[in-house]
Amino acid sequence: MLIALLADLHANREAAEACLAHAARAGAGRTVFLGDLVGYGGDPAWMVDMVMAHMERGAVAVLGNHDEAAVKGPSEAMVPDARAAAEWTHAALSAAQRDFLAGLPLAVEDGACLYVHANAWAPERWGYINGASAAERSLKATDRRVTFCGHVHQPALYHLSPVGHASHFEPQPGAPNPLGGRRRWLAVPGSVGQPRDGNPAACYALFDDATGVLTFHRVPYDHETAARKVQQAGLPPRLAARLREGT
Amino acid sequence: MPKPPLAAGALVDGFRLEEKIYKGSMSALWRVTHPDHGGPLVMKIPLLRYGDDPTAIIGFEVEQMIMPLLKGPHVPRFIATGDFDTQPYIVMEHVPGVPLSDRLKDGPLPAAEVADLGARIARALHALHRQSLVHLDMKPGNVLFRDDGTVILIDFGLSRLCGRPDLIAEESHTPAGTGAYIAPEQVMGTRDDPRSDLFAMGVMLFEMVTGKLPFGSPQSVRGLRRRLYQAPPPPRAFNPDCPPWLQEIILQCLEVDPLARPGTAAQLAFLLQHPDQVTLTERATRTKRDGTLTVVRRWIRYLMRTPTIRPSVSERLSRAPIVATAVDLSHGETPLTDAQRRVTQSLFRTAPGARLACITVLKTARIGMDLGVDKEGNNLHVGALVTLKHWAKPLGIEADRITYHVLEAPDPAAALVDYARGNHVDHLIVGARGHSALRRYLGSVSSQVVAQAPCTVTVVRPPERHAAESGTEADVDEKKPEHAGAD
Repeated sequence: MLIALLADLHANREAAEACLAHAARAGAGRTVFLGDLVGYGGDPAWMVDMVMAHMERGAVAVLGNHDEAAVKGPSEAMVPDARAAAEWTHAALSAAQRDFLAGLPLAVEDGACLYVHANAWAPERWGYINGASAAERSLKATDRRVTFCGHVHQPALYHLSPVGHASHFEPQPGAPNPLGGRRRWLAVPGSVGQPRDGNPAACYALFDDATGVLTFHRVPYDHETAARKVQQAGLPPRLAARLREGT
Repeated sequence: MPKPPLAAGALVDGFRLEEKIYKGSMSALWRVTHPDHGGPLVMKIPLLRYGDDPTAIIGFEVEQMIMPLLKGPHVPRFIATGDFDTQPYIVMEHVPGVPLSDRLKDGPLPAAEVADLGARIARALHALHRQSLVHLDMKPGNVLFRDDGTVILIDFGLSRLCGRPDLIAEESHTPAGTGAYIAPEQVMGTRDDPRSDLFAMGVMLFEMVTGKLPFGSPQSVRGLRRRLYQAPPPPRAFNPDCPPWLQEIILQCLEVDPLARPGTAAQLAFLLQHPDQVTLTERATRTKRDGTLTVVRRWIRYLMRTPTIRPSVSERLSRAPIVATAVDLSHGETPLTDAQRRVTQSLFRTAPGARLACITVLKTARIGMDLGVDKEGNNLHVGALVTLKHWAKPLGIEADRITYHVLEAPDPAAALVDYARGNHVDHLIVGARGHSALRRYLGSVSSQVVAQAPCTVTVVRPPERHAAESGTEADVDEKKPEHAGAD
C-alpha cells in the first residue's frame, strides 16, 4: 500500500491540502502524520480537525514538540517566535482539540516501520537528527528497519549497513529510492507547513510498503494565502515571511 | 536455522531452480522457471560466505536497487528481487547469445565491424546515460547481443544512478571498476561522469581493433594510477590496418581529460557511423605514445577545472546535444533559409559541447530509377552537398563539430525522422514551409516531423511570413527529383 508521510505541518492549511491532494492523485491508501501538526501557522483548529477525521479512517499520527507546547505551554528551549506561536495556538484550540493532541502517542511501530517525531532513542526529549551520527544513534535504538521522522525540516535519507556507519543522502524530489533490505533506513520527508531549504514548496514523501520504494515530493501551494493568515492572526511577521521565502 | 543449500528443483519464492549455468567468485546464475512469468529466466544469487569482505555484497545490493528502475531495450527485463532476510536474488530475463568478450577471442576485428559494433554499443550506453545511470564497468564481458543484434548491457553492481544514494562510494574507499577499462577520474574516486564510460568504450574499441589492452590489466591502485600520466599507445602501432579515423576516435575516447573525449555516447556513435566526417588531428597519425609531461599537464588542467558543484548526468548530456538542421535549398537562399541559419546558430551556441548535423533531402522517385543527374548531367548529390556547405559557412562552426548529410529519399519527412532516431538527435530544426508543391502533394513535412520525431523539434518561420499565405505553385512533376530540406 502507498503510504503518505506528512511531517511538520505547522497549522499550514494550504500546504497540507496541496500535499493530501497530491497523495490522493498518486493513489495513497494511508496517511501518517509525523508530528508538529500545529505551531507557527494560522489554521491550528482546522488542522487538528482534519487529522482527527483522517484518523477515523485509519491514519496514524504522533505527537510533536509544538503539539505538546500547544497543550502544556511553551518549553524553556523554544525560540521567542515559537513561544509566541505556542501561546496563540493554545488559545485558538478548543479543549477537545487540545485533549486530542495530548492523547497522541510519541511513537508508533507498524510492521517494518517506526513513526516518530524527533528520534527513536528518546522521543520525549526532542533531540534532533541533524547528521549521520544522530541518525545512526536513532537507527540503533529501534529494531524496525525503516524509521520515518520529522522535527528537522530539511528532507534527508540516512542508511546504515550491518557493518558500516550511517550515511547521509540528500534526496531528489520525484526520484524513487528503493530501500534495500540489507540495510536500515531513516527518512525525513521534510516539512509540509514550513520548508526551510529556500524553496517554498511543501515537502512530503510516499512510501510503498509492498515494494519498499520511497519517493520524496515537493508540492507548490498557495503560500501567499498561508502567509497572509499568519499576519492576520497577529503572529510574529517573521513567520509569514519565511513561508514566502521557504527559509 | 541454517538454510538448506540451493539445489536443482528447489523453489525460491515460486521460482523453480532448473540448472546452475554459471558460478563465479561473487555470485551464481541459475536458469529458473515460474508459472506466472514466461520466457527464459535467470536468477542471480550472491555467494555470501562467512568472513567475506562485506563490501563485496554491496555490489549486489546496488544491482538490486538499480535494476527495477532501468527501462528500455538495452537492459535485461527485470522480473523480481529477493530480500536479504530470507534469500537474496535477482531474477531477470535470460539473454541468450555470446558476450562481446567471446567474439574477441579470435583476435582483432575488421575496422568496419569495430565501427558498427562500437556504434551499437555506444547507442545502448547512451540509452542508459539518459536514465541518469553511469555504468562504470563497461567491458566486453558485460556486453551481450540479442539474436536480432540488439545490444544488452548487464552487470550494474558498480553503477551509479544519479539522484540515489551511492552505496559503493560510501562503503568502499578503493577505486571500483575493472583494471583494464577504468577511467582515470574513476580511479581517483569520481563516480558521476558519463564520460568515464566513454573511456571504457575507448579501451574496448582499442581491444576490438588490436586484440590488445592499451593499459594492460593492472590490479593495484598504483598500477591503475599509471594511466593518469601514461598515454595509451596508438592502435595503428599494433594493427596498421586500423584506419586513421578509427585511431582518432579511439585516442579521443582515451583522453585523460574527460572534456577532450566525445561529448556523449551518442556523439561517439555518430562519429563511428560517419567515418568520412571524422575530423583528423595529429591523433590520427600518431605512431607513438604522447609523452608523460603532456599527459600530466592535461590531467592537471582537468583538476584545475573540476568545479565543486558537479552537474547531474542529465545536465551533462544536455550540454553536449546533437543538433540537426534540415534545410531546403531547392530555391537557393531565401528569407526562410536565412532565418533557419540564425535560429540554428543561436540554438547551437547555447550548448558548449554541441555537434551540428546539416541535412538536406534529395527527393527521389518512389517508383523507377533515378539517374542521380540533372538534365545537364550534373551530379545532384554533389551539387546538394556543395550548396549545403555554402549555406552553413556563415555559421562559423569549427570543422570537428559540424557534419553535412545529403539524404536521398522519396519521403523527406520519414527520412528526417529516421535520421533523428538513428543518430540520437536531441534537437531537430526544420523550416516551416518550402516548396508548396511538395506541401500539396505530400502534406506538410514539418508537421509530420513534429508529430513523429523522437526529439525536440523547432519549426522556423521567417518573420515576414507571419500572415497566412497559401502557396499557389503550378507546374508540378512529382517524379522529378527535388530538394526538400523540409516543408
